[in-house]
Amino acid sequence: MTTRVPTLTWQRAADYVLVVATVIEAAIFAAIAPGFGSVANLINIALSIAVTGILAVGMTAVIITGGIDLSVGSVVALTGTASAMAAAAVHSVPATAAIAIALMVGVLTGVLNGTFVAYLRVQPFIATLAMLTIARGAAFIISGGRSIGNLPASFGALGRSVPLGIPAPVYVLAVVAALGAFVLGRTTFGRHVYSTGGNPEASWLAGVDTQHVLWLVYVLNGLLAGLAGWTLASRLGAGVPNSGLQYELDVIAAVVVGGTSLAGGRGTIAGTLWGTLFIGVLTNGLNLANVDPYVQKIALGVVILIAAIGDRFAGRSSGGPGTGHGE
Amino acid sequence: MLLSASGLTKRYPGVLALDDVSIEIRGGEVHVVAGENGAGKSTLMHTLAGATTPDAGTLSIDGTEVRFRSPRDAQALGIRMIHQELNLVPDMTVAENVLLGSEPAHAGLIDRRQLANRTRAVLDRLGQRVLRADAIVGRLSLAARQITEIAKAVAADARIVIMDEPTAILAQEEAEALFTVIDQLRSNGVAIVYVSHRLDDMARLADRVTVLRDGRVVDSKPASELRRDDIVRLMIGRELAAGYPRASRPPGDALLSLENVSSGPVVDASLVLRRGEIVGVVGLVGSGRTELVRAVFGAARLAGGRMLLDGQPYAPRRPTDAIRAGVALLPEDRKRQGLILIAAIRENVSLTSIATFAHAGVIDRESETAAASRWVKTLAVRTPSIEIRAGQLSGGNQQKVVLARWMLANARLLLFDEPTRGIDVGAKAEIYALMRRLADDGAAILMVSSDLPEALGLSDRVLVMRNGRIVATLAGDAATPERIGPLMLGMAS
Repeated sequence: MTTRVPTLTWQRAADYVLVVATVIEAAIFAAIAPGFGSVANLINIALSIAVTGILAVGMTAVIITGGIDLSVGSVVALTGTASAMAAAAVHSVPATAAIAIALMVGVLTGVLNGTFVAYLRVQPFIATLAMLTIARGAAFIISGGRSIGNLPASFGALGRSVPLGIPAPVYVLAVVAALGAFVLGRTTFGRHVYSTGGNPEASWLAGVDTQHVLWLVYVLNGLLAGLAGWTLASRLGAGVPNSGLQYELDVIAAVVVGGTSLAGGRGTIAGTLWGTLFIGVLTNGLNLANVDPYVQKIALGVVILIAAIGDRFAGRSSGGPGTGHGE
Repeated sequence: MLLSASGLTKRYPGVLALDDVSIEIRGGEVHVVAGENGAGKSTLMHTLAGATTPDAGTLSIDGTEVRFRSPRDAQALGIRMIHQELNLVPDMTVAENVLLGSEPAHAGLIDRRQLANRTRAVLDRLGQRVLRADAIVGRLSLAARQITEIAKAVAADARIVIMDEPTAILAQEEAEALFTVIDQLRSNGVAIVYVSHRLDDMARLADRVTVLRDGRVVDSKPASELRRDDIVRLMIGRELAAGYPRASRPPGDALLSLENVSSGPVVDASLVLRRGEIVGVVGLVGSGRTELVRAVFGAARLAGGRMLLDGQPYAPRRPTDAIRAGVALLPEDRKRQGLILIAAIRENVSLTSIATFAHAGVIDRESETAAASRWVKTLAVRTPSIEIRAGQLSGGNQQKVVLARWMLANARLLLFDEPTRGIDVGAKAEIYALMRRLADDGAAILMVSSDLPEALGLSDRVLVMRNGRIVATLAGDAATPERIGPLMLGMAS
């Protein structure tokens, strides 16, 4: 495509800004933080962003529709706990069955979220806030408040395996991200996700089944939360009911830093991955540089604010509100 | 001279909205600014009210030159604009709205009694004995809300009140209540700039009339020196006679029939629309015009009656059903209902038929791009690339993008709701030519329009709606403003 269009160029420039920023960030840490540049540490960073990265892929789609899903952290706990309990209850349950349980429970929460948001028209913030507390409560109830450990070896085998020197969760993230980018960028469903977020009424009048699109986005996000829940539990070798606390905030931060607009209609999986990576590198580097964890929190907040301001300027160059164009 | 503007010029992409406009506003006068849609009225009003900065030209108040950077600057000098979409807080009372931002208070606590008293005083000055200061604004009629908005301006000591088509949303008797208030304002020495293209409003109110056309002042005179047909001629100018393409062949067989259809405000509507025909639907705002086309499109439920498409029962429950049957809606508000402004032209054009470019749900970008480009070219959308965001196009080109979407989806029955609203004159002619070409190619077009010259000029037949009913169907020469005006207003049988 040989277009010379201001906004698209700007948007591409904005993508590169994040790439360049991540590279500069890594270069700085390589210089000041001992051990940052080692292969072991780079693999460590990849592993540390795997679970939030999986969640961020689903969250990107949710935010493109103009919505939000606050329940993912709790769903990670609930699905991880449920799959660990299944493995504990029946020792002959193969690893794949434990995955299936996690995915099914995840889908169930997604179906509930989606039904409330799309068909009963509850605001996404409220519907998923309710699911945040319900799923967390359910995780504690089914586990009796204890971590479910002492599981058959097969449960943790997958999550802890390290094929070709890279931990399995990183592969899971890679596959999920590739699929997510494909679905959003290349399929009719993906196109409908963008159009529904960009203008739901115009989409409906153009023949898009916007309710179904919304519903399915939340269901898929529940599915991914289940996958993330299993990935975490398998890696830990246990189902932990208070795991995944505040993951939703980390995930939303990564998506926003990655350039997805909370106003809907705009965002990419590539951007989200870079956003996740930028935050992962930041956390890891600051740790290695022995920066006070409380200062780290402030640093993350500053990054989110900078990203939000960047988003605002990107939005303005596309002819935002208040042009006073009367006739 | 209270307010004078000279040499105002404002250019938007693709439109010269104001072209060297000068106007003088005196206190105690109602100055009507008349003109068709797209003539530049709104831009002029926004410029006078500080909401738009002109590219060139000057404004002065009491002989002193002023520069507005925001509506706030204009308000500080006593200029208030009353928008069509009223800026009121619906859940608050009249008094709370009238004194919003200047509430009488002691140490941060609102003095409710004084709030009520001051509002009462303002309402009395406007001759409003009935409107209560403690009424909740959201429960008031539209006219009462407008009066509340005016009271807000009066409470702020406005010397110049700008009103943008205030009667467009009002019923006849409501309009009279508004006129009484305007009379009061005038006798208090306030200058009223009144934007409208309604001849009745002008006859009732105007002391002075300035007519705009294509962004220019074509005449400005005391109202007593202008007759109705002068104003119409000035507003419409050269383009009434020419510009409207006529059908090149007689209409074909019936495509759509409505039999006693009721839906929302629409009652008992029956009509037949034939292939090759453009049928106009006229009526006041609120007469059920938009609801009629929305019902045909499946965007509103039928409460009674039935529809036939190609002689077959046709009962769309959602827009998707209508689209499958080859029906298209080009909605009145393109920005809100027609387009995904932040998406590319290509995506907007292919949105409805995206499935036809996909195999197993995966889009073939090449064939999508080819098809979208083809229609963008055929309809002469002026853009350097189909990857540009739809929001960057001018109104006329946006309408063409919506039309391209439906062409790509093979629509054969097109429902246009205000096809040229907000589109400049040159682009209007292009849209008319396109509509006629589609009809000549066998499509049927039902067109809702508030622009009477357009509705009469382009349509082969005109349906007049009033209070949800189709009260008359006029063909060809019988459709004249003189016959239709009274029918719309309910003054003739």
